[in-house]
Amino acid sequence: MAPALREFCYWMDRYRRVWRGTVVISVANPLLFLAAMGAGLGKLVDANHSGHLTGTPYLDFLAPGLLAAAAMQTGVIEATFPVFQSARSGGNYPAAAATPMRPVDILGGHLLFVAFRVLLSGLLFLAVVVAFGVVGPARALLAAGPVLLTGMAFAAPLMGWAVGVDRQSRLNGLYRFVVMPLYMFSGTFFPISQLPHWLRSVATCTPLYQGVALTRGAGLGGSHPGATAVHVGYLLALTAAGVWAARRSYTRRLNR
Amino acid sequence: MGDESAGAGVLIEAVGLRKVHTPRGGGEATEAVAGIDFRVHRGEAFGFLGPNGAGKSTTMRMVAAVSPVSGGTLRVLGMDPKTHGPAIRARLGSVPQDDTLDTELTVRENLLVYGRYFGLPRAEIRERATQLLDFARLVDKADEQVEALSGGMRRRLTIARSLVNRPDILLLDEPTTGLDPQARHLLWERLFRLKQEGVTLLLTTHYMDEAEQLCDRLVVMDHGRIVAQGTPRGLIAGHCTREVLELRFDDQEAAAGKIRHLGDRQEKLPDRLLVYADDGEDALKAVHRTGVEPLTALVRRSGLEDVFLTLTGRTLVD
Ligand SMILES: Nc1ncnc2c1ncn2[C@@H]1O[C@H](COP(=O)(O)OP(=O)(O)OP(=O)(O)O)[C@@H](O)[C@H]1O
Ligand SMILES: [Mg+2]
Repeated sequence: MAPALREFCYWMDRYRRVWRGTVVISVANPLLFLAAMGAGLGKLVDANHSGHLTGTPYLDFLAPGLLAAAAMQTGVIEATFPVFQSARSGGNYPAAAATPMRPVDILGGHLLFVAFRVLLSGLLFLAVVVAFGVVGPARALLAAGPVLLTGMAFAAPLMGWAVGVDRQSRLNGLYRFVVMPLYMFSGTFFPISQLPHWLRSVATCTPLYQGVALTRGAGLGGSHPGATAVHVGYLLALTAAGVWAARRSYTRRLNR
Repeated sequence: MGDESAGAGVLIEAVGLRKVHTPRGGGEATEAVAGIDFRVHRGEAFGFLGPNGAGKSTTMRMVAAVSPVSGGTLRVLGMDPKTHGPAIRARLGSVPQDDTLDTELTVRENLLVYGRYFGLPRAEIRERATQLLDFARLVDKADEQVEALSGGMRRRLTIARSLVNRPDILLLDEPTTGLDPQARHLLWERLFRLKQEGVTLLLTTHYMDEAEQLCDRLVVMDHGRIVAQGTPRGLIAGHCTREVLELRFDDQEAAAGKIRHLGDRQEKLPDRLLVYADDGEDALKAVHRTGVEPLTALVRRSGLEDVFLTLTGRTLVD
């Protein structure tokens, strides 16, 4: 078995004990959000005929946005707390680093597991979206790629960061001051055309906006190929740069 | 990759080995290991003895190929840790100072997961896990969470785990620190068995009795340097008299003045006075003849603790 797969298996072994709980959360979350905001609040929005939505029902607008935001959330959570814990003495990483495993193998295996988690919770989210009748199953599957890309664009750089973090409070800080604002202002709940002009340009540059735009294009169709290429290129570049940086910081942290 | 390239039976060779820790956020660099030379031969039990901060763990981590060398040369099993880290680690067993057991997993699972990291076949790992549980006397605990184990049991599990790849060299960083005497003796007995089976042991300790019991040869480290090396007996014979007379007084200063001429050498500790003499009873009689009345007097054989005191003027365990 390739060394990175050994690390992947380790995380899967652990996941096997808790998978039921995570599946319930991955289904319940979109169910509640789409019911309350999409169907409930959406009635009000649709009655208002907002020009910003260009005729799209609010539920159809919200679903892909929430999906991308959920992918970010899964990526962020899986890439921070478990990595931070594993890198400490008594965690998994120092134990694995004493074996033939190299730090990059440990990173690779864990990264693979994070990808698996992002994809799995994304697919469960999509099942709920299909149940709400927003899109058909075939169309929904098209969104799996954008979901994975969005999650990994956050996960890869954050794993490289979290492995070297010394205090857990920093992780909470990231969540409060970076993830939450992104969640709110990246075109998830409302189109960024509603934002003041200067804020709009800021929002366009965030990875979540890129992920939301890509996912929405895949989900609703009618995406512009040029724009899609930009979103994909942006997210791929962020993922690749993240992996490159994480390889360095894993090696620095585990072989010191 | 042969062991032969390093000379007959030399498994580990360090020449001018150094390690400098540079804090990440800037700040002062510490030279934890300041140029040490040593050789460990196949089948030997080799010890590092020294006080806190001497550089023992740092040395062990370099040998374990998890910490890059800052200077000098190091060869383990004839290979350079810098270029052959995974190949070296495949043949080492490592018991770090702090347990790195997985508290989320059961005792048996810890062995299975660790074995997988070495790329061993699943059936093989299962079989070895069963043997190792027996070796570590943890058969009853096999399916308990690691959380539920005592400190001694965890240490035994860590040692069992480090043997899953049948290592040529076993690195033990303070294997028995924090254990009660009974648990320590059980561990020593296990380590002795491994040695009989031909495993080369490299261990650190700041317990004299442990070094005397387990080590064929040892080096005494202080401030990142080797201050003495040899067999436990050779070190004692070379640096100390055969016996020591330990005296406690009401007024140590006054008493010390009156018996200054006694013994080969004396060492003043805050709470007692040590008189080094080949015959301790003789020395005690001489003390009585001077009219000085110690509160307590104890004659014992010299040990490695005394070697360290002689060399550095400090005690090992404070
Ligand atoms: N990761 C690190 N970063 C910075 N300094 C370090 C690091 N590890 C060890 N040191 C420093 O290096 C020196 C040697 O430490 P080391 O852990 O090797 O000592 P030791 O002999 O194992 O001591 P002990 O008996 O307490 O375990 C100490 O001064 C320690 O503070
Ligand atoms: Mg130490």
